[in-house]
Amino acid sequence: MVEKQLKIGWSKTEMAQNVAMDIPDGSYVNLGIGMPEMVADFVPSGRELIYQTENGLLGMGAVPMAGQEDPELINAGKKPVTTIPGACFFHHADSFTMIRGGHIDVCVLGAMQISKNGDLANWSTGAVDAIPAVGGAMDLVAGVKRILVITQHNTKDGKPKILNQCSYPLTGKGVVESIYTNLAIIDVKKEGLFVRKLGPNVDFEYLQKHTEAKLFQ
Amino acid sequence: MINKTVQSLAEAVQNIHDGATIMISGFGEAGSPIELIHALIDQGAKDLTVVSNNTGSGNVGLAALIEQRRVKKMICSFPRTANSTVFPELYNAGEIELELVPQGTLAERIRAGGAGIPAFYTPASVNTPLAEGKECRVFDGIEYVLERGIKADFSLVKCELADRYGNLTYHATARNFGPVMCTAATTSIVQAKKVVEAGIIDPEIVVTPGIFVNHIIEVSNPAHESDLVAQKLTYPW
Repeated sequence: MVEKQLKIGWSKTEMAQNVAMDIPDGSYVNLGIGMPEMVADFVPSGRELIYQTENGLLGMGAVPMAGQEDPELINAGKKPVTTIPGACFFHHADSFTMIRGGHIDVCVLGAMQISKNGDLANWSTGAVDAIPAVGGAMDLVAGVKRILVITQHNTKDGKPKILNQCSYPLTGKGVVESIYTNLAIIDVKKEGLFVRKLGPNVDFEYLQKHTEAKLFQ
Repeated sequence: MINKTVQSLAEAVQNIHDGATIMISGFGEAGSPIELIHALIDQGAKDLTVVSNNTGSGNVGLAALIEQRRVKKMICSFPRTANSTVFPELYNAGEIELELVPQGTLAERIRAGGAGIPAFYTPASVNTPLAEGKECRVFDGIEYVLERGIKADFSLVKCELADRYGNLTYHATARNFGPVMCTAATTSIVQAKKVVEAGIIDPEIVVTPGIFVNHIIEVSNPAHESDLVAQKLTYPW
């Protein structure tokens, strides 16, 4: 008899679903590049979210059909998008007035490292030969009401990403509200990191073993 | 009579001098005034400081200007591009300077420059390496960092419609930095997909008021940067 290997934790799509469940109806949302973009595919029916992309579009729609792409209608990841009925365009200073001015409700970002205080590092490893590039991340974490992070719990070589202190240069200090990983959903509170939900076949001890910072149940 | 239209790309960029600070519109290829940039390469001005969100793609447009060693310093938010090695190679060789600015701070520094505001406080980049050495101040319990407005000698901008007064509209997300860059440059040079008679653009939908624009050149079939990059072209051709 072949023993079926236990699936440990959530898949990427399940992680995106977990994030989508926590974004209330009517929210204005900015999604970072990469895994955060997947969140848009899992909005529960009955909820209307408006997506802002910082390069100047409120009301971003789905990926266009092949052949319908407009190279001047793109998202922050420079990929072609569409507009929903009721969308609008604006220039960059207005875009960051929305972001920095606290008008965007939720931003979902990726992470390289997160600290127990909710510090986020997601723009540079600080390596000397790396070309530093920051984009809009620092403005987003400074201005958006809720910062949700979606990330694998550990690095590709198995190192913890949730640390006592970030070793990479920060994007922002004390900015993360919740962390959605393949192993758990973790809320950042004043008293520390609290596990809200464990992934399939993940127990608290296993989670703590894969996390540098102390976790609370 | 006011008529800001000029007859050629060469005429549009003829006064750009060595050492000039130039703002170049665009977010990736959207809104990048590629024909004006190529005209600037032909014109020859060097030792330029360029303010632009990115550093160009492939070996055309802004990447070509950098590759031709005309740019001594880039002020931008995201100098990495998947399909261009021009900037990274010069940067790692220590042959081009970089001032890295958060994207919203970059937009606001340009807006402030155009609005006659020399400096402002922003919460973006506080407690990060990008705030090091800058004045910080607490307002209402929140820490902010002081950032300077930026002005430029010239801006190169791409728009959709223009009239002879310099009133402009844009297309989709090609608008991005164009409107603020027109306000912050002593001389704003705009390539328009179509130049129309005054009065054709409804005053209600003008995005950039003509007062911010100096020269307009019609480029009715602008190249798509991604097409040029896909063909592996290098400018000058």
